Amino acid sequence: MEYFFELFLGGLTRGSIYALIALGYTMVYGIVELINFAHGEIYMIGAFTALIVVGVLTLLGWNQIAILLIAALAAVIYSSAYGYTLEKIAYKPLRKAPRLSALISAIGMSLFLQNYVLLAQTSDFMPFPALIPDFAFMEPVAHIIGSPELVILITTTIVMILLTFLIKFSKIGKAMRATAQDREMAMLVGVDVNRVISMTFIIGSATAAIGGVLIASHIGQINFYIGFIAGIKAFVAAVLGGIGSIPGAVLGSLVLGWTESFFTGYISSDYEDVFAFIFLVLILIFRPAGILGRSTTEKV
Amino acid sequence: MMKKRLGKFLVVAVVGVFMLATGTAMAADTIKLGVAGAHSGDLASYGLPTVKAAELVVKDINAKGGVLGKQVELLVEDDVCKPEVATNTATKLVSEGVHVVLGHICSGATKAALGIYKGSNIPLMSPSATNPALTQSGDYPNFFRTIASDDAQARLEVDFALDVLKLKKIAVLHDKGDYGKGLAEFAKAFLEKDSRAEVVLYEGVTPGAVDYSAVVQKIKRSKAEAVIFGGYHPEASKIVTQMRKKRMKTLFISDDGVKDDTFIKVAQKYAEGVYATGPKDVSKNPMAIAANEAHKKTYGADPGAFYLNAYSAAIALLNAIEQAGSTDYAAVTNALRTKDVETPLGKIRFDDRGDAIGVGFSMYQVQNGAYVELK
Repeated sequence: MEYFFELFLGGLTRGSIYALIALGYTMVYGIVELINFAHGEIYMIGAFTALIVVGVLTLLGWNQIAILLIAALAAVIYSSAYGYTLEKIAYKPLRKAPRLSALISAIGMSLFLQNYVLLAQTSDFMPFPALIPDFAFMEPVAHIIGSPELVILITTTIVMILLTFLIKFSKIGKAMRATAQDREMAMLVGVDVNRVISMTFIIGSATAAIGGVLIASHIGQINFYIGFIAGIKAFVAAVLGGIGSIPGAVLGSLVLGWTESFFTGYISSDYEDVFAFIFLVLILIFRPAGILGRSTTEKV
Repeated sequence: MMKKRLGKFLVVAVVGVFMLATGTAMAADTIKLGVAGAHSGDLASYGLPTVKAAELVVKDINAKGGVLGKQVELLVEDDVCKPEVATNTATKLVSEGVHVVLGHICSGATKAALGIYKGSNIPLMSPSATNPALTQSGDYPNFFRTIASDDAQARLEVDFALDVLKLKKIAVLHDKGDYGKGLAEFAKAFLEKDSRAEVVLYEGVTPGAVDYSAVVQKIKRSKAEAVIFGGYHPEASKIVTQMRKKRMKTLFISDDGVKDDTFIKVAQKYAEGVYATGPKDVSKNPMAIAANEAHKKTYGADPGAFYLNAYSAAIALLNAIEQAGSTDYAAVTNALRTKDVETPLGKIRFDDRGDAIGVGFSMYQVQNGAYVELK
């Protein structure tokens, strides 16, 4: 039973990280119907920013919690700036172009950002300091769930709640939902669509950056390529939950995390990805729009 | 540009030596040392350092009066690393009357050529062919090598786990790659042949995954005392870090993909105590230093792949002829198996199957942030 619980928690942690990245995919898709393939790279840039800031602040001898908070803040700001610029440079000029053009542009940006970090930083694996301290009160259960995992779970929950409030009750959230429903109609009633789209990219990038800092600090290493695999998995999670749906992205991520964890734990990790994708195919066969996706009828 | 010039120079050198060799062959009674391997084509960079090593050793020995009072003569032949060419190469060398052969370079070409040398009773020593079956099959009593076979690391890992650490339950993991999985399969096979320990878990992990918590939980549940991991350092450091964070004391034994300073840099304090096999350190061996110096002096560049293995093999072959007192096949192979010889790889001798004793891998352990060779 303890084993089951451990796998459950491991899957939950992994799913939470996927969720932080998947949110960006699903929000962007919901509003501009674009699969932003460069999103994984935004996550990677967040982790690298944090690493640089941590390096500087550690030299200055700051307190660990302060370092963690400032590094996370810097990562969020920096990644958001990248997300914002990405949209302005690579996607906005193509908004009226066929959808495939924007998709190709996204893949191009993904490759560009990877190689940019490769050249500007390093191709090596870099050690990432464990920013999340081991809390003394966690020691008795540390063999089941560690402090970093606990922090990841709590942070993800807080981010989710904040995001739900933002979408449901704030003015920009209302504008986002309006734009998602019908961009032209929203424009007609006075919603600044460009601003809404920019905000969507900023919020998505910010959550991805938080995910990047948390997982890098938990795993203890990063390189320029980490965004690719994490991005693909998060994208799968977003599709699994129903792309365009925010609760769907979270649910899809958790389901994917658990699927991987339990299959590895009870069957074999040799086929971890195989199982995860078989599961995806099965869900899409029975619910083509994803678990929580609305099956949209084509707008006329 | 430099490379091109060097390449041309090499060709001239190889051809020159060859002409010189055939020129003197008629003149006097000599000891003929064949050198076969890839000297052109894609894999020339693996074969040419062996030619240079042979030239330097022969020059050195001839200056000191040769072997058994005779001068040593080099017969260099190219096999392009292709099995079908290697048989022709071997036939040519045999027809030219070689006494011993240094080569071939690639395992496939070596295997193809071996039958021909065996039929003519010519001992063959490779500096680089690592296929385990070449020695272990027992089919080629004329074959020797100065490099450890592909399964040597797995053998060392398993022996270390069983003999030194006296473990009972071992988990074998790999990264599903050619290198890692190959090693893990050897390790698993060795463990299963031995009744002292049990393989409690055998799994491949996905390289580059976000985390390995599920696999780590599985290791914990299997109650393994140690993990033998086949693969590279990025996965190893993630697994070790997560095991230690879960307060697991499970030992971690790995290969030369992990015996890399990046592993220690990334895993930091969690790297402490990890075991990894790696090539024996010969950087302090005076003969190795001298051999490298001689290469730099003569060719103006650092030596290439398998240079020291080839240098040692040339010394071992010529020494065996000297010890045997003749070029007789039985006497030479017997000398290779019974007489120690000082080489840049250390003092070596060959076992019954033809593998060099004292060559290959050592076990290292991370102690205070650095890999330390365990004696």
